[in-house]
Amino acid sequence: MAWTEVIEPKSKFFDLKIKEAWHYRDLLTMWVKRDFTATYKQTILGPIWFFLQPLLMTIMFTIVFGKFAKLSTDGLPQVLFYLAGVTIWNYFSESFTKTANVFKDNASIFGKVYFPRIIMPLSIVSSNLIRFLIQFLLFIVFLCYYKFKGNPSVQPNLMILITPFLLVIMAGFALGAGMIISSMTTKYRDLSFLLTFGVQLLMYATPVIYPINSLPEKYKIYVMANPIAPVVETFRYAYLGTGAFSWGSIFYSFGAMIVLLLIGVFIFNKVEKNFMDTV
Amino acid sequence: MSEVAIKVEQLSKLYALGQIGTGTISRDLERWYARIRGKEDPYSKIGQINDRTTKGSSDFVWSLRDINFEVQKGEVLGIIGRNGAGKSTLLKILSKITSPTTGRISIDGRIASLLEVGTGFHPEMTGRENIFMNGAILGMRKFEIQRKFDEIVDFAGVAAYIDTPVKRYSSGMYVRLAFAVAAFLEPEILIVDEVLAVGDAEFQKKCIGRMKDVSVNDGRTVLFVSHNMAAVKTLCTKGLVLKNGTFDFYGTQYEAVDHYQSSQIASSSFIHEGDLESAPGNQNIRMTRFQAKPIFGEALSISSGVQFELEFYNYKENINLDVTFELVNMDEVVVFHHGAFVSNDKDSKRTIYKVTGKLPPNFLNAGNYRFNLIFGENQRFGLFSKNDVIQFELANETLGTNSKTLPGVVRPDIQYEIVNI
Repeated sequence: MAWTEVIEPKSKFFDLKIKEAWHYRDLLTMWVKRDFTATYKQTILGPIWFFLQPLLMTIMFTIVFGKFAKLSTDGLPQVLFYLAGVTIWNYFSESFTKTANVFKDNASIFGKVYFPRIIMPLSIVSSNLIRFLIQFLLFIVFLCYYKFKGNPSVQPNLMILITPFLLVIMAGFALGAGMIISSMTTKYRDLSFLLTFGVQLLMYATPVIYPINSLPEKYKIYVMANPIAPVVETFRYAYLGTGAFSWGSIFYSFGAMIVLLLIGVFIFNKVEKNFMDTV
Repeated sequence: MSEVAIKVEQLSKLYALGQIGTGTISRDLERWYARIRGKEDPYSKIGQINDRTTKGSSDFVWSLRDINFEVQKGEVLGIIGRNGAGKSTLLKILSKITSPTTGRISIDGRIASLLEVGTGFHPEMTGRENIFMNGAILGMRKFEIQRKFDEIVDFAGVAAYIDTPVKRYSSGMYVRLAFAVAAFLEPEILIVDEVLAVGDAEFQKKCIGRMKDVSVNDGRTVLFVSHNMAAVKTLCTKGLVLKNGTFDFYGTQYEAVDHYQSSQIASSSFIHEGDLESAPGNQNIRMTRFQAKPIFGEALSISSGVQFELEFYNYKENINLDVTFELVNMDEVVVFHHGAFVSNDKDSKRTIYKVTGKLPPNFLNAGNYRFNLIFGENQRFGLFSKNDVIQFELANETLGTNSKTLPGVVRPDIQYEIVNI
C-alpha cells in the first residue's frame, strides 16, 4: 500500500521537503504581504518609517563617529559612507534577528497547525529584501545627489552588477545563523538575551562604521576573517569606488555562507519536529 | 474490505515533566554520552503511566503508550477520554505539530487539522485577507480559496463585514468565519478538536451538519475529539477511548461512549468512614453520606422513583444554609438544578443535617445520571461544592412493544384523553 505520508520519530538525515514547501508558496507571499500591511496599519507615518530608520541611524553615526570620534571614511562623504554601510548591514541584521526568534515569535501558530516551518524564515528574508530595496532607493537618491554635485571621490563602477550576489550571501548568512540560533533558543533561552548584544558586537566587527583600509595591517586579517566583512566592503566599493575588494574574499564569504546555511537547515529540521515540547 | 486512511502502530510519546530548561545542558550532555555508548537514555527508564493525580518519581511521563488503531476511509472516529488521557497529544502527533517518541503513523490522503479555529488570524487584517491567510496556513492554494470564497463567506454569514478588520468582529463572527474556512477546505482527512464548543447553538448545529456532510456525502475521513458525548454519538461512526495515555476501548460510537461513561462512574452511594476531618468538604461543610435508592422495589428503574439522602456536618452557625442538587445526564445536560433551604431564619447549627429528596416514578428517562452538590449561604454565596458525588443508572422498562431506550430527557407517564369529534 502506498501511503501519502508516514510520521515517524526521526526525520531523514537531510530532508529539505522542497516539494512540500513549494506547495505552500502562496503562504509565503501572503506572509510577506501581511508583514507590510499589518506593520504600518494604524501608524501615523506609515511606510515613511522604512526611510526614517536608516536615515536616523546614518545621522547618528555621522555625528558620533564622524564628527566626534573623527573616524576615517576613506575620503568619502560621511553621510554616504554610513548610509551605504547601514543599508546593507540592516538587511542582514534585521533578517537575522527575526529568523533567530522565529520559533519564539510564532509558537502559537506553530503549536496549532502544521506547515513546512522553513516557510517562516524564508518569508522573513523575503520581506526584508523588499524593505532593503526601499532603503536602497534612498541610498541611490543620496548617491545621485553627491555624484551630480560633482564629488570626485564617489565613483560607482561595474561591480554594482554583483549586488544580487551580495544580497544572496547576506540572505544566506541571515538564514543560516538565524536558524541555528532559533533552534537553540527553544531550549536554552539565555541565547535570546545574548542575541541583541551579539548583533551589536558583530556590527563593530564588520566594517560598517569604519573602512577596512583604516585598520592597522595586523588587525585587518581578523576583520576580514569575518565572512560578512567582504560583503559590506564590496558593496561600498561597487557604489562609491573605494574599499577593500578582492574576488578571493567574496568567494570566501560565499563558501562560509553555504556551510552555515547547510548547518542551519540541518539543525532547524531536527528541532522543528519537537520544539513544541520544549519551547 | 474498505481502505485504510490512517494506521497507527505502537505509538508512544514521552514528555518531560516540570521545569524544562534548568540544568538541561548537563543533562543533554549526559544523554548524548549515553547514546554514543549505545546505552539507553538514562532519564526515560522510569517512564510511568500518565496519572496526574499521583506525583510520579520520574521526571518523564508517557503521555501516550503503545497506541494501535486503524481508521477506514469515510469513517468518523470519535476520540474520547478524560482530561490528560492523551487525546490532544495524539492529535498533535497526527497533525505533525510534534513527533512521536516511538511508533509510526501511516496516512493515506491529505490531512488538515483544526486544533484551534482562526490560527494565524491577524486582528488588523480584513475578513477577506484573513480567509486567504488562514486557508494558506491550512495548506490551500490561492486559487482553491478563491473558488470557495463565496461559500465560506456565506456559511459564516459575515458578508457585510468582509472588508472590515477582524478586530472589529464580535467573537461569534470571528469564530464562525474561522470555522468556515476550515470547513470548506477539502482535505481527505479532517482532524477536529472541540471547536464546536464555541459559537451559539444554531452555529454548532450548522458545524455538526457540515461535518456530517463532509464524511457522509464526500466520503472523507474525520477524527473528532470531544467531551460532548451527544455530539460524538450523532457525528461519529466509531469510537476510541483513551485512558491515562493508554488504549482503553475501541468499538462503535455507542459502545465507546457507554464504556467511557461506565468507567467514569463512581458508585451510587457515598458513605464516609473515619473521622470527620477527613471527609470531603472544607471549614464550612463536611459531607458524610449521599445515597440514591429506589422508592419502590429493589432496584433503580424508570418506575422505581429515586430517593436521595444527604448527610453532612455544618460548621457555620446562624446563617441561612442551603444545599442545591444538580442532576446531570450522560449527554452533559443538566436535568435540574434545585435548591433546598436547610435553615431559614439564620439559625443554622453546628450539627449533622440530613436532607432527603424524592424524584417521582415515571419522571426521568433511563440512563446514567450524576449528582453535583453545591452548599451555599442564602443561595448566593458558595460554601462548598463537589461534582460527581454519586452516579446511578436508571434501568429501562419496556413500554408496549418497544424494548429500546426511548429518546428524551424525561419520560413522563402522560395520561392521554382521546375523543372522536
